[in-house]
Amino acid sequence: MDQGVASPALRTTRMKLVCPAGTPPALKAAVDNGADDVYLGFKDETNARNFAGLNFDDRSLREGIDYAHRKGAQVLVALNTYPQPASWRKWQAAVDRAAELGVDAIIVADAGLLAYAAKTHPGLRLHLSVQGSATSHEAIAFYHEHFGIKRAVLPRVLSVEQAEKVVARTPVEIEVFGFGSLSIMVEGRCALSSYATGESPNTHGGCSPAKAVRWQPTPGGLESRLGGVLIDRFGEEDHPGYPTLCRGRFVVNGDTYYPFEEPTSLNTLELLPRLQAMGVAAIKIEGRQRSPVYVETVTRVWREALDDCAREPQRFRVKPAWQEALAGISEGRQCTLGAYHRPWK
Amino acid sequence: MKTMKLALGPLLYYWPKETVFGFYRDAAGWPVDTVYLGETVCSRRRELRLEDWIAIGRDLARAGKEVVLSTAELIESDADLRAMHAVAGNGAFRVEANDMAAVRALAGKVPFVAGPFLNVYNAGTLRLLAELGAARWVAPVELSREGVAAVVAEAHEGIETEVFAYGRLPLAVSARCFTARYHNLTKDHCEFRCLENPEGLALDTQEGEHFLVLNGVQTQSAGVHNLLPVLDEARAAGADLLRLSPQSRHMGEVVAVFREAISGALAPDAAATRLAPLLPAAACDGYWHATAGNRLLGAGSRAEK
Repeated sequence: MDQGVASPALRTTRMKLVCPAGTPPALKAAVDNGADDVYLGFKDETNARNFAGLNFDDRSLREGIDYAHRKGAQVLVALNTYPQPASWRKWQAAVDRAAELGVDAIIVADAGLLAYAAKTHPGLRLHLSVQGSATSHEAIAFYHEHFGIKRAVLPRVLSVEQAEKVVARTPVEIEVFGFGSLSIMVEGRCALSSYATGESPNTHGGCSPAKAVRWQPTPGGLESRLGGVLIDRFGEEDHPGYPTLCRGRFVVNGDTYYPFEEPTSLNTLELLPRLQAMGVAAIKIEGRQRSPVYVETVTRVWREALDDCAREPQRFRVKPAWQEALAGISEGRQCTLGAYHRPWK
Repeated sequence: MKTMKLALGPLLYYWPKETVFGFYRDAAGWPVDTVYLGETVCSRRRELRLEDWIAIGRDLARAGKEVVLSTAELIESDADLRAMHAVAGNGAFRVEANDMAAVRALAGKVPFVAGPFLNVYNAGTLRLLAELGAARWVAPVELSREGVAAVVAEAHEGIETEVFAYGRLPLAVSARCFTARYHNLTKDHCEFRCLENPEGLALDTQEGEHFLVLNGVQTQSAGVHNLLPVLDEARAAGADLLRLSPQSRHMGEVVAVFREAISGALAPDAAATRLAPLLPAAACDGYWHATAGNRLLGAGSRAEK
């Protein structure tokens, strides 16, 4: 608790918009619609969205960087899973490739990999991934002091008040999640997926992997299974969602309900003036697994909202058209402010 | 080959103060070498204050145990940070750091234990922590036999390795309280309902499979992770200590079975027979065999990839 409060005057007031790209068309959609930063991953388990058909090889990344740079956007490469000894060289090589290709920053969770990157590529900008589970300014200070990280992504579990305190006490830029799939558990601290399937975000770069999913029509309804475990059973009136483990319906003492969270999406548009005033440096949009249409829509809406907010924060109003556009692409039926606002607290 | 030591992990459940004191009075007489103490799960659990944990620690130290105080798994508020610093600077006992803020508070000052929530999946991370003063590391529960062995093979001479060997696995942590949610209460007005369930709330699938346990903000496995049948593998992988996670009943007997199995006083089959009725639920060991954690493979098994 020994870090002074950074001067608000030193902070940039305009928040950056950080958008996801799972494919080259999504990257183009993000850049064309006003993303400041586009984040993406290589085609392997070095990133936390290691899904079939997604992500970039060296050639598509090189072209993506060219395209983004020509239009004034930056490219961040997520290397945000935890390498194990047998595969360490693959992660190390991924850091080297990212540096050689000229990416603007890498997003890393593992302390060993951060140490390697800081030592081998001192000019490469480092961001601490949300998977690094840094929930306080002191945890962020650890990464700043040892590896010189320039930005940290806050886990989605903090309230606005808590996030505000972190921002005020760190010299590191803070990026927060603004929109997308809602994580209920602390990122980097959840092994539910590997308990049922053997693969988790930390170890394999994916939660509830598609290859472990089974859909079974039964007389009792459509069943979704993950690694053989029954996650949910849907009736006629239900909207079957992907069987992400923490969104399942289970039974506790005879009550069948969603023990963790109803399937909802995070949407913090209405908090933008507050986040901006706090000194948040960047707003992250989740969804590297989503389509170019999703990326285009979210980027367009959030670009407009961020510009409105930067221009006249006092008069900022969430436009119904924005909410309508976002509702059309949200997972689940409703949006929430997530942990930023805590009705459950 | 050296003899593996036994460690009693931190109590993950919320029990009344007298129950906790009684548990550790008994533990003083159990054949464990190390006892981890402190509230690691929820800052609202205040039956015991830090002074109480330190008092328990002094009794255990007098009984010849190595005592370690563990820091919280999740730090959110200023109060959480203050609590972490109080543990880190307790001055009496070694500390297990469970997040990087705690590592920073201990680095370069005193030797510490790198806890299971620090995500040490490779030797590079372990090397960094060793340079900062980690004298021991606890492998993440997901790390397999091969993973532990490979990290150990590249690790510093002298750093001790501890493996989670018995108990329900702490799988996830959240800012949200799922026990409060079950009771339709908010977290700040939870009425401390965790006290009602000494081993958490059982969560089953809709077809009755025991799957998880809700323990406040922590989610545990329903299955009891058990490495008793693979003690030789644990030793060969480089484990210096085995962590046994407290359960509400029969814990002393569980410790005794592990102790006798390690010393060879109890043959593997006899040990398994004695342990079976002490398990609060079905066993699992999939993580050790590099597969889904809820599976049970047992000795001599190799999971198909």
